[in-house]
Amino acid sequence: MHADPRTVLTGTHFINGDAACCEGALAAGARYAAGYPITPSTEIVERFAARAPEVGGLFIQMEDEIASSIVIQGMVWGGQKAFTVTSGPGFSLMMEHIGLAAMTETPVVFVDVQRGGPSTGLPTLPSQGDMMQARFGSHGDYAVIALSPNSPQECFDLTIKAFNLAEEFRVPVMFMMDECMGHMTEKVVIPPADQIEVRPRRHTTRPPGQFRPYEPGPDLVPEMAHAGEGHKIYVTGLTHDRRGYPSLNAAAQRELVTRLLEKIRRAAERLVMVETDQIEGAEVVVVSYGITSRVALRAVQEARARGIKVGTLRLICVWPFPEKLIRELARKVKALVMPELNMGQVVIELERCAAGQCKVIGVPHPGGTVHDPAEILEAIERGAQ
Amino acid sequence: MSATELHVHNPVEDLLRQDRIPTIWCPGCGIGTSVNSFAHALLKQDIDLGKTAIVSGIGCSGRVSGYMNLDSFHTTHGRAIPFATGLKLARPELNVIVYSGDGDLASIGGNHLIHAARRNIDILVVCINNMIYAMTGGQAAATTPGSALSTTTPYGAFEPELNLVQLVDAAGACFVARWTAYHVVQLERTLEKALRKKGFRFVEVLSPCPTYFQRKNNLGDALQAMLDYKKRSRIQHGCPTWETALTPGGPIIVGEFVDREREDYLTRMRKQLGPHYSEFPPQLEESEPEGCSKEC
Amino acid sequence: MPKGTVAITAERCKGCGFCVEFCPTHVLELSSAFNAKGYHPPHMVAPEKCSGCNLCGMYCPDFAIFGFRFSANGESKGATK
Repeated sequence: MHADPRTVLTGTHFINGDAACCEGALAAGARYAAGYPITPSTEIVERFAARAPEVGGLFIQMEDEIASSIVIQGMVWGGQKAFTVTSGPGFSLMMEHIGLAAMTETPVVFVDVQRGGPSTGLPTLPSQGDMMQARFGSHGDYAVIALSPNSPQECFDLTIKAFNLAEEFRVPVMFMMDECMGHMTEKVVIPPADQIEVRPRRHTTRPPGQFRPYEPGPDLVPEMAHAGEGHKIYVTGLTHDRRGYPSLNAAAQRELVTRLLEKIRRAAERLVMVETDQIEGAEVVVVSYGITSRVALRAVQEARARGIKVGTLRLICVWPFPEKLIRELARKVKALVMPELNMGQVVIELERCAAGQCKVIGVPHPGGTVHDPAEILEAIERGAQ
Repeated sequence: MSATELHVHNPVEDLLRQDRIPTIWCPGCGIGTSVNSFAHALLKQDIDLGKTAIVSGIGCSGRVSGYMNLDSFHTTHGRAIPFATGLKLARPELNVIVYSGDGDLASIGGNHLIHAARRNIDILVVCINNMIYAMTGGQAAATTPGSALSTTTPYGAFEPELNLVQLVDAAGACFVARWTAYHVVQLERTLEKALRKKGFRFVEVLSPCPTYFQRKNNLGDALQAMLDYKKRSRIQHGCPTWETALTPGGPIIVGEFVDREREDYLTRMRKQLGPHYSEFPPQLEESEPEGCSKEC
Repeated sequence: MPKGTVAITAERCKGCGFCVEFCPTHVLELSSAFNAKGYHPPHMVAPEKCSGCNLCGMYCPDFAIFGFRFSANGESKGATK
């Protein structure tokens, strides 16, 4: 299905990542959003609040992020595509409802424009400190998808992707921007609507009475129905059976939780989204994501000038992690170097997948600014030894 | 002659998920009693039950949504109101009812209660007030009357209780009422009226909790609680809500306190946006299959 | 001939006694028998007094009892399917 031309601002724009993300959401078919003001994410909903009436949509500013993160789920079960936008402290408040969305298989998008933490931290300065929280922040076992853009153009493109993945897998999708992404202004090309693929809801075609809301399909994803369609659906955050009825026992828990993880795990190969450069024959590969991938480029160029064979691998989809790809890469290189704007989060996953087959060198940074490329260069040189 | 022979059935059962009964509620819990009044009120409306959604939070009263044969949403603790807000905004033709408890709606979810009333979101909130956290084993709530015993106030509560009807009145709710589980007929009538009204509507129902509240405070069993409601209740429609505080042993002021006209959120939004709001239906599904039409 | 009667689903009853207490014509009493859950469900002790008002049904927290009226020709009226 193609995007609705009435929501797509086709043309060439000079806008920041926040604005591009907003336009991406609209192009993806999201006309409903909720949020609570928080730097550096607010521009997304400010723009959305202005754009929503033009497209028959609505933005509601809720009393807090807890409310924002569940009002959007009500909107989804009411038949809309919806999202919320926040930054670190708000993201922390949303955790319970990320779990609810995972448990009830509500297709919804959470945008986190990351800033320095913990706590109030650095409201106006960048960080990539919420990456593990995006994956594991809510209690219990569940799977999510997390995307990380590295340009305003990608803030547009990948926001559409985020909505499409949410619909395809019926999972909450984390859109992990950072302050640099949000406030960086660049050229953004918005294509015509008929060139934008939009994933429709996996709505059931069964008549009321013959539909079981949590009956998994062949890819383990159930079909969906909305409130008011006569299906009398039952949606609960409790462990439930295929009818959606609470089923509070170990067997039901095993079936449900396994499926919630497995529907993503099975699709892991298809969900690998990376951008690579010169990894064939590389001694060292710099693995990064988001703004850090752009900073690392300078160090990579410098290392190449010094005669080191360096490749780059940029994670576009961070969760699920491209496990197999990294495992294979680790067999071929001397070292994997991972700069990130946190004190070592995704690098833990990198180490796990490399499993001792090569050196894994993290380049931690507490945030507040981006890396000095010299720090990354130094790590590359260490890796090449 | 028996009901089966006469082909008679309890009309309330049409509104219950039969395969979920019996409920988890303790003997004499007033929640089930309130459900009878609610079901009868719903049945008397000329509304499409297929377009009626019920949303609950967590707790004993939070289980109501799951027993009703409607679109049922059992959400997180305290957050039924924002979920219901989303449902209503996204699909305005839905009748959205929040059915939950005092701890859920007024403590952990207190902020949402205030703001939904302020926004005048077009939902009906039925709040079962049993003055205690029952599901978790009888801890003090924001509605536990001062000095009452609970498992977390073994020396009595050191804090005064919240008057819910006064709170939502002050926040701008357009319909506010209170009854007890004893007032089954009056509650049904009030819910009928509340179901017909547009805007944020709040109906508090005092309910016995024989297992925790009554027992812990030596107040006898559920029946005694019901008889106590009968004895202490004073019907005062239109009573200013600041005069309706619940005091231990004092009169229980019940009735319909507030019935005011206020534009609800969506009406106000549409009016304020005027021609700036361009209406078109969501495009969630393929309208026509791609490629060849049926004819070719 | 009474005006109505009650239907009791004894297995759903939790023995709270609301129906007995609030029946305006005192038709019911809790029986000495137990149901499977160990509660004493109600039974009619004065069926002739039943008006079929369904107040018992309104009070019952467990949907275990309801009252209905007979119509003039001996059929039930009201809550028929």
